Amino acid sequence: MSAPDAATPPEGIGAFLRDAFSNRSFLIGAVITMLIAAMALLSFVWTPYDVTDLVVASRMQTPSAEHWLGTDHFGRDILSMIMVGARNSIAVAVVAVGIGVAIGVPLGCWAAARGGWIDEVLMRFNDLVFAFPALLSAIMITAIFGPGAVNAIIAIGIFNIPVFARVARAGALSIWPREYVLAARAAGKGPTLITIEHILPNIASILLVQGTIQFALGILAETGLSYLGLGAQPPMPSWGRMLFDAQTRMMVAPHLALFPGMAIVITVLGLNLLGDGLRDLLDPKLRRRR
Amino acid sequence: MTVFLLKRILIGLVTLALASMVVFAIMELLPGDPARLMLGMNATAESVSALRTQMGLDDPIHLRYLNWVGGMLVGDFGRSFTYSAPVIGLIAERAVVSLPLALIALVLSTIIAIPVGIFAAARRGRAGDTVSMGAAQIGVAVPNFWFALMLVYVFAVWLQLVPAGGFPGWGGGIWPGLRALILPAVALALPQAAILARVTRSAMLEVLGEDYIRTARAKGMPRRHVLWRHALRNAMIPVLTIMGLQFAFLLAGTIIIENVFYLPGLGRLVFQAITQRDLIVVEGVVMLLVASVIVINLLVDLCYALVDPRLRAAR
Amino acid sequence: MSLLEIEKLRLDIAGIPILKGIDLSIAQGEVMGIVGESGSGKSMTALTVMKLLPEASRAAGRVTFDGIDILAAPEAAMNKLRGDDVGMVFQEPMTALNPVKTIGEQVAEGIRWHTGASRANAEDRARAMLDRVGLPERQFPLNRYPHELSGGQRQRVVIAIACALSPKLLVADEPTTALDVVLQAQILDLLRDLVRERGMGLMLISHDLAVVAEMADRITIMRHGEVLEAGPAADILAAQKHPYTKQLAHASTHVPEVRRSHTPRPVGEVAPQARMAGERPEDRSRPPLLSIADVVKDYPGRRSSLFRKPEPFRAVDGVSFDLREGQSIALVGRSGCGKSTLARMILALDRPTAGSIRLLGDELSDKSEPQLRPLRRSMQVVFQDPYGSFDPRHNVERLVAEPLHLLETRPDRAERRERVAAALAEVGLQAADMEKYPHEFSGGQRQRLSIARALITRPKLIVADEPVSALDVSIRAQILDLFADLNHRLDVAYLFITHDLTVARAITDDVMVMHDGKIVERGRTGAVLDDPQSEAGRALVDAAPDLERALARRNAPA
Repeated sequence: MSAPDAATPPEGIGAFLRDAFSNRSFLIGAVITMLIAAMALLSFVWTPYDVTDLVVASRMQTPSAEHWLGTDHFGRDILSMIMVGARNSIAVAVVAVGIGVAIGVPLGCWAAARGGWIDEVLMRFNDLVFAFPALLSAIMITAIFGPGAVNAIIAIGIFNIPVFARVARAGALSIWPREYVLAARAAGKGPTLITIEHILPNIASILLVQGTIQFALGILAETGLSYLGLGAQPPMPSWGRMLFDAQTRMMVAPHLALFPGMAIVITVLGLNLLGDGLRDLLDPKLRRRR
Repeated sequence: MTVFLLKRILIGLVTLALASMVVFAIMELLPGDPARLMLGMNATAESVSALRTQMGLDDPIHLRYLNWVGGMLVGDFGRSFTYSAPVIGLIAERAVVSLPLALIALVLSTIIAIPVGIFAAARRGRAGDTVSMGAAQIGVAVPNFWFALMLVYVFAVWLQLVPAGGFPGWGGGIWPGLRALILPAVALALPQAAILARVTRSAMLEVLGEDYIRTARAKGMPRRHVLWRHALRNAMIPVLTIMGLQFAFLLAGTIIIENVFYLPGLGRLVFQAITQRDLIVVEGVVMLLVASVIVINLLVDLCYALVDPRLRAAR
Repeated sequence: MSLLEIEKLRLDIAGIPILKGIDLSIAQGEVMGIVGESGSGKSMTALTVMKLLPEASRAAGRVTFDGIDILAAPEAAMNKLRGDDVGMVFQEPMTALNPVKTIGEQVAEGIRWHTGASRANAEDRARAMLDRVGLPERQFPLNRYPHELSGGQRQRVVIAIACALSPKLLVADEPTTALDVVLQAQILDLLRDLVRERGMGLMLISHDLAVVAEMADRITIMRHGEVLEAGPAADILAAQKHPYTKQLAHASTHVPEVRRSHTPRPVGEVAPQARMAGERPEDRSRPPLLSIADVVKDYPGRRSSLFRKPEPFRAVDGVSFDLREGQSIALVGRSGCGKSTLARMILALDRPTAGSIRLLGDELSDKSEPQLRPLRRSMQVVFQDPYGSFDPRHNVERLVAEPLHLLETRPDRAERRERVAAALAEVGLQAADMEKYPHEFSGGQRQRLSIARALITRPKLIVADEPVSALDVSIRAQILDLFADLNHRLDVAYLFITHDLTVARAITDDVMVMHDGKIVERGRTGAVLDDPQSEAGRALVDAAPDLERALARRNAPA
């Protein structure tokens, strides 16, 4: 009846992989994510066409054998633009999540370990950041400090800090009263050592799941900013910008809006499925139930 | 209960005060002289300096902060130089678009999401669950501005049922105004509804696994009765939390959506003000949005206390 | 005809066989005790009767209740039955009640549903029922919420819900396991009276033969999903025909071999030589290892008003005692009496509000963490929960070696492995177990690991907080043997925190009784348990389930 904290590593990589392959969300999510990432990486060395080539003669073509997804109003190949755009969105989201993890997780663990006024200050800081609608503030930051990918990263990254701080703190607070932490304290280990040896490994899975969620949200935010013209600047293609350009040409060329949007949906969907699958795989309670 | 609420109100006020300092500090850090911006490049140094004195820009920083906050408290948000009008008037004019938009979206998202979430939880693992949660999974992944574009294409361009954008104002009656807000509200609401439905489902499933659900079943209560009378109220707590967060999200979402549909709302106002460096407008709108987020969170706390007797007693 | 008839009941959950052909019957008004250890399938048998099984389960066989075929009955028929003709009481009172509904609503709900009574009428009946289970209106109005009640009070509410309509059968699944002995006795009394006065049948499920012995007309012994033995309680208990029954009966009164001669017994029974052999050189003359003086611990109280400073809650109130080298002392008391708080302060995991705690003459309470290190080497801990006391992500070598952190010079890998192997051998495990992870061990083995971890720094004192209360009785005996053996061979002193007097009797020299933060009685274990002087001590002793006493009571003419 009492569910032991069955964890992943002790059961061996083999068992984990076996579970992973029978988890549909995880499998589909992982495949989509890997494909998108591969596409982004490929774009560094090869794209079907050069995205800086403006071929006015072949403007706004519908999909064809030469241009699988058609061309835009400057005659650029949509598929190539989507490939390069993936690079952009992923880079922004990765670094933004990285900022959140690098600053938020230590803060959250620290607050949980120390408690008292440090914890209170951190929670109030969280309240403060959450009071600013994230996208509004991102718009403010990028608009004021100038549009561009770097400022977009910072703007999105700042709002990841309290998210990870909160998740890490809540996770750490649930681990601290465990008897194995008490035993570690009785073995003379201090808060830092306990956090490194016992807390972090045991909250890694919830952080990983939160990471995939924030990654997906980061991509949505980046496309939103670049739609408003505040993300990566032309001539660098970005998914949001492509949608903005498509909007005024909806009447004549609806496919211009269709494909970049699909790219966003598929990427975010893949990440969310991956996150769902990971949660099922890593949560010992859910694992037992299956 | 009163202790709990007073504490939350106090925290809300502190947050608001801190937020005002952050907004003020960001604006202070910005390069450029507001007086020079207002008068243009051709103004003489004397007139700029005279305006600076008139605007109180030469006062020490804490005095300027207090003046700004004090003004806002009595409804004086300053004057916009691009519109040459008081900010409060601009806000009032735009709020009648944004507020109904956000509210319709919130209501729409809630009335779709909660029943779907409950339905899926009750039918866990069966076809209804799989289909509705599959749809929700996709809904979460859809960016609202792209969804808006698709809606425009289908309903405005193709079927021509509603206008593609713009806002006729409320002067011509409720209906034309509402018609203009339908697509934007749906575009805002559906992705949020997808998130909320997922949260509702997992909260319901969590609660349905609790011991007291078994107690109620052992009493002879039928499944449906247990679902509505016992599980739902306990599941509301995480759902309320997400709804509170979503309100902030919806407010921000209006910025993009209003741009897609060319709606003259607060979002568009603040977006244009930022690009035109009309800082006094930015400050005012941001503070207003922050204050409304804090108020909504307070309401959520109040709902917690109403739902959960443990909170009424504790702290 | 029997009220409940179970024939050849088989149950699979997700393809795993849980019940393997159970036969069982309960007559009208009869008390059937079902005894078994974890994994015996006793709870699943109960849930089958209620037809509240987990989703992935498949049952076969026949279950007939009052002429109704339960396994074939549609959900609507079961809803009529549940709560009206069959009531159920669960193990965990803290989570069995809906936290957002008042106790009145929760009791009245079933009454309204089944009888169609008006709200006012149902509330009157709920009121009467709550009065009956010992929750009078003055202190417990209907609009109380579960969180305002203690565990014992919540269990009374659950009983009120189950018995509100005087069902023909009451199913009670470990109804007292989560409660301390005094509450256990009260709840059992209440159940016995209710069953008698309303003529209900009772299916009483427990892991403790002694609990069932006092209540049951007939007893069924289960193990691994099978019925081993069944029959009239007096016969089963007296004959102990099946070896497993005998094992269960003996396990609860088990006294480790090395201590047998040592434990004070009625004078005539003990041979003089044995007494000599058992008497060890230590006892009264040795220096104090741990010495505690006037220790107080206050916790900040709950704030009830914004303007009034909350009254602090005093968990430990002026406790003083000495523990000598090699001595084994039990600290017994009801839950919430402050014994665990005291243990945490002794382990320097928490600081006292006032008073002094000295280990080997050194004050603990004013030292910084680095200064504490040499002292921590002499003092280790064993916790209650064999599942929660190990980080699931570390292997045994790392887990058991953790206290080596306290040494001045950190041992190298080879030496570390050697010491871990030695500690594992000490507790009866293999050196090869070092590479395994905690989930690969059973509950009893984990408790051995826990002891190995505590032993690795060769401490002089081990504080053990309820170290066997989460274990099945047969495993418990083995762990108690191990504790006794280590005390004998390695001369480790123990402070045992427990609410279970049989544990105290099995392996301690002295007993201290704690009540409301104070130590109210101290003496030789045998003396205190046979003839407690304090009121709190008497309450504990009287309430403790005792197989022999139950047998004596049964045999006495009624």
